Amino acid sequence: MNWKDLAVALFGTDHGLHGIAADGDFLHGTVVFDGRPLTVIGTTHHAPIGVRLALAQAHAVLETIRRHPGRPILLLIDTQGQQLRRRDELLGINRAMAHLGMTIDAARRGGHRVLGVVYDQALSGGFITSGLIADACDALPEAEIRVMRIPAMARVTKLPEVMLTELSKANPVFAPGVDNYVAMGGVRRLWRGDLAACLREALADAPTRDERARDGADRGGRRLAADVITRVLDAA
Amino acid sequence: MISYAECSARERLARVFDAGSFHEWLPPSARVSSPHLAVLGVPSAFDDGVAIGRAMLDGREVFVAAQEGEFMGGGVGEVHGAKLVGLLRRALRDRPTAVLLLAESGGVRLHEANAGLIAVSEVMRAVLDVRAAGTPVIVLIGGSNGCFGGMGIVARCADHVVMSDIGRLGMSGPEVIEASHGVEEFDSRDRALVWRTTGGKHRWLSGDCDALVEDDVAAFRAAAIDAMLMSRPVTVARLEAEHALLARRQALLDEPVADSDDAVTLWTRLGVTDADRVADADVDRVRALRPAASIEGVEG
Repeated sequence: MNWKDLAVALFGTDHGLHGIAADGDFLHGTVVFDGRPLTVIGTTHHAPIGVRLALAQAHAVLETIRRHPGRPILLLIDTQGQQLRRRDELLGINRAMAHLGMTIDAARRGGHRVLGVVYDQALSGGFITSGLIADACDALPEAEIRVMRIPAMARVTKLPEVMLTELSKANPVFAPGVDNYVAMGGVRRLWRGDLAACLREALADAPTRDERARDGADRGGRRLAADVITRVLDAA
Repeated sequence: MISYAECSARERLARVFDAGSFHEWLPPSARVSSPHLAVLGVPSAFDDGVAIGRAMLDGREVFVAAQEGEFMGGGVGEVHGAKLVGLLRRALRDRPTAVLLLAESGGVRLHEANAGLIAVSEVMRAVLDVRAAGTPVIVLIGGSNGCFGGMGIVARCADHVVMSDIGRLGMSGPEVIEASHGVEEFDSRDRALVWRTTGGKHRWLSGDCDALVEDDVAAFRAAAIDAMLMSRPVTVARLEAEHALLARRQALLDEPVADSDDAVTLWTRLGVTDADRVADADVDRVRALRPAASIEGVEG
């Protein structure tokens, strides 16, 4: 879904562009939702997340922490993953992304509810320091979530592309798709029907503890993680 | 002098920590391995490529994990990640002096990509929980596979990063960047360029690691002992200082110098003297070259 359509569905048409502005691929603004201000931070056009875009998002999170204690934050996620450029590596893209993740984590700990929603596409490095480190991450049913495209995966793993394509149809651990991420606990739930009602519900019941391994076990998509964690805690 | 890079994960545990002190949780005899590899025709390992447990470091109890780069490049799968999360949650409960992660990983294990990605994000959250509780998390990087992908992010979530000059820390490996944007973007066979971009010397000069050591298990041990009492809680003030530093640094390459190497340009603009001689300088020399601008506001 286009971010503007999503914004209209969530916040209505009363406020022009809802206070959300696009600066290139970077989305940022404040909207009023159910009579309360909400910070919106995100990316669009399947943006690659490089140092610059990681810092832009981190800045918006820090500004919310500093100026609006407790204000909830909604992350609008549409990314093709991390920027694959030598200069970003040189500039410490992993540090910039860690910084973004840590600002979101600090907001959570500081009492802000932070919610991610994958409205178009989410891949690996662009996802791990946004939606996956929020209190909870939801997704639209038509969104796409994966780590890497299958041809690139075949190259890196040196496994035949045909085999990977076949496996991707059935294996939730491996296959792209939001349903698989729900089954594994990485995505809490999908938003269907009245999207504003979905957002309202998501903000109301976002967990503050990391329950994803347990969700993955309960939903049958990630059967071992929760058990292994418990076994480590109990090991003699 | 024993090369840290050439040691296996278990040899590192044996040599970095007090002799004979490592006690493993879910050892290979427990056969906790990945269920996802057989279907791909790929061999599994009885520890899923990571050893975790407790050990003593200079007489103090610490919790430790060591990733085995020889097994799937240290890639994080469902079980591997869950062992790390379990270790960190146990640290949150039992409060050891510190948690040490001997990282060697290409990041998410693509063979179980979705589970690995979620697992790495769980590791990040768990690291930040431990750090917030005041228990230092220290990452040691010196294996030949480096520390990349999600583990490169995890490393920068820790209190303290120790690297050797031959260690590498980053997000995407040179092969992936070359495959994506061509050899003129990043020639993965140009070893000098690879190390200038992500190697230990660069990470030290730019402040991305907190200690630079020789490729020597005893040097890693000494640096780990120095770091294990240094808790650096994440505060908003610290995040703001970090932000300012990263923003300043990024601006230094807004106008690259034509026909000059980006790394040398960056070091020079950070204030490194004789930046073009860094590649040939030994570790001791490079340690003395780090400019104040690389750690301004975020030190201590």
